[in-house]
Amino acid sequence: MTEIRIDRVSRWFGNVVAVNDVSMAIGPGVTGLLGPNGAGKSTLINMMGGFLAPSSGTVTLDSTTIWGNQEIYRHIGIVPEREAMYDFLTGLEFVRANAELHGLPASAARRALATVEMEYAQDRRISTYSKGMRQRVKMASALVHDPSVLLLDEPFNGMDPRQRMQLMDLLRQMGSEGRTVLFSSHILEEVEQLAAHIEVVVAGRHAASGDFRRIRRLMTDRPHRYLVRSSDDRALAAALIADPSTAGIEVDVAEGALRVQAVDFGRFTALLPAVARAHGIRLLTVSPSDESLESVFSYLVAA
Amino acid sequence: MSRQLTKRIYHPTVARLTRRGLLGRRRAAVLFALPALLLLIAAAIRLLTGPDDETATNVLGGFALATMVPLIGVIAGTGAMGPEIDDGSVVYLLAKPVPRPTIVLTKLIVATGVTVAFSAVPTLLAGLLLNGNSQRIAVAYAVAATAASVAYSALFLLLGTVTRHAVVAGLVYALVWESLFGSLIPGARTLSVQQWALSLAERIGAPGAISSDVGLPLGVGLLAAVTVVAAWYAGERLRKLTLAGEE
Repeated sequence: MTEIRIDRVSRWFGNVVAVNDVSMAIGPGVTGLLGPNGAGKSTLINMMGGFLAPSSGTVTLDSTTIWGNQEIYRHIGIVPEREAMYDFLTGLEFVRANAELHGLPASAARRALATVEMEYAQDRRISTYSKGMRQRVKMASALVHDPSVLLLDEPFNGMDPRQRMQLMDLLRQMGSEGRTVLFSSHILEEVEQLAAHIEVVVAGRHAASGDFRRIRRLMTDRPHRYLVRSSDDRALAAALIADPSTAGIEVDVAEGALRVQAVDFGRFTALLPAVARAHGIRLLTVSPSDESLESVFSYLVAA
Repeated sequence: MSRQLTKRIYHPTVARLTRRGLLGRRRAAVLFALPALLLLIAAAIRLLTGPDDETATNVLGGFALATMVPLIGVIAGTGAMGPEIDDGSVVYLLAKPVPRPTIVLTKLIVATGVTVAFSAVPTLLAGLLLNGNSQRIAVAYAVAATAASVAYSALFLLLGTVTRHAVVAGLVYALVWESLFGSLIPGARTLSVQQWALSLAERIGAPGAISSDVGLPLGVGLLAAVTVVAAWYAGERLRKLTLAGEE
């Protein structure tokens, strides 16, 4: 049991379409589900986890329908985004309860807690845990039955860099063991560090699929806009427009700044400081003016 | 009962989580406070006025069965599943190879057990304190409280799966419908768990000691029907429960 297949799936809530005719297959290894907030990532994960029925289309695990079939939980482990767990229990009690619900002995719970390195705090109440500790205990609860598919909804939210690295190592290990690991994120860097395979969703639609390098290139090759202030805007503008990496420059008199549109991101970022230095111009402000995720993603959809 | 069947209706782990969730919350204070109050009143009356059947009927019927049992039922019934659905932690129960009807039935059994323990048992003790079970009044009200506990638990468990404001809705039902309307409008009484349960008490108690507005077959039939339908529908709610996520 290793492949989750989403086939022409749509899901709407009243008049709002959350997921729009999406098809994808998630196989063994680590896959990142990338998209801005509100793109439909959670809706997709909830359908893969059997917590939401698709309005149309099918979601299957190795051709078994997921919705309404509690037997699939023998193969799927779920790490929900929401914080709430049974806070009045200790970590060990919580994971042991999860093991028992799978019909497994306490040893399974201890093994899962060891996997996430939480043994040292397993006798403390969950209500005293930090966000990262909670996340790891959630992981342990999902791993207790050694599932072949692991679904994680925004697992890195609120984690500090060290906890993030630990979890990434763990997920990499799970992926290399041949498990299907799917996690959602709205942060490109997270996905890039961890997932060899990326599925991008934007506004409920499947925007891109494949190798992260290809998607990264799509994202970095898009036109970038910068707001630049310098000691001599016009001289800088003249020097920049001479290079093919610059597509257009506007002198914004009211703002006292240049609005630069660059086509070749890599080349432009090297060019700008070099040109400034060669002409003895001092750069005062260089700020990207459309670096919002929305604009990055909407470019991807158009591509 | 075979072990296999027992497993279909009662999962010990679900029961343990439910019990700890119920008794571990701040609301649980009400569970201890109300029975303590009842026993205190019973002891005080007995000490001050001595045993009296009419007083016993008034205290057990007017406070224990009419107010305490539904209130305990609200706390136990809505607390058995509602909070988990509201905060999303029910995911950890649902993402398991455990049939959802088993989850609902287990929670119903725990809620009923807690309601009986904190309402029917104190009712019996208070009755014994008040008049030493003269005219079988103590036993009659304890049996009525037990039957009502089952129906209230199922009703309020269902309420917890339907609305986020289950406690308020439950309190409105318990206090306004059962206590207030029941005493003002005769028609409301026939549609009241309390009156159905009283039909049992009427039969058990000495003739004329306790009276109900509905007959025994109708009362028991309605109690059973409400329990079964509420439990079934709660199961349906859970089976179709969707977690829409934060988006």
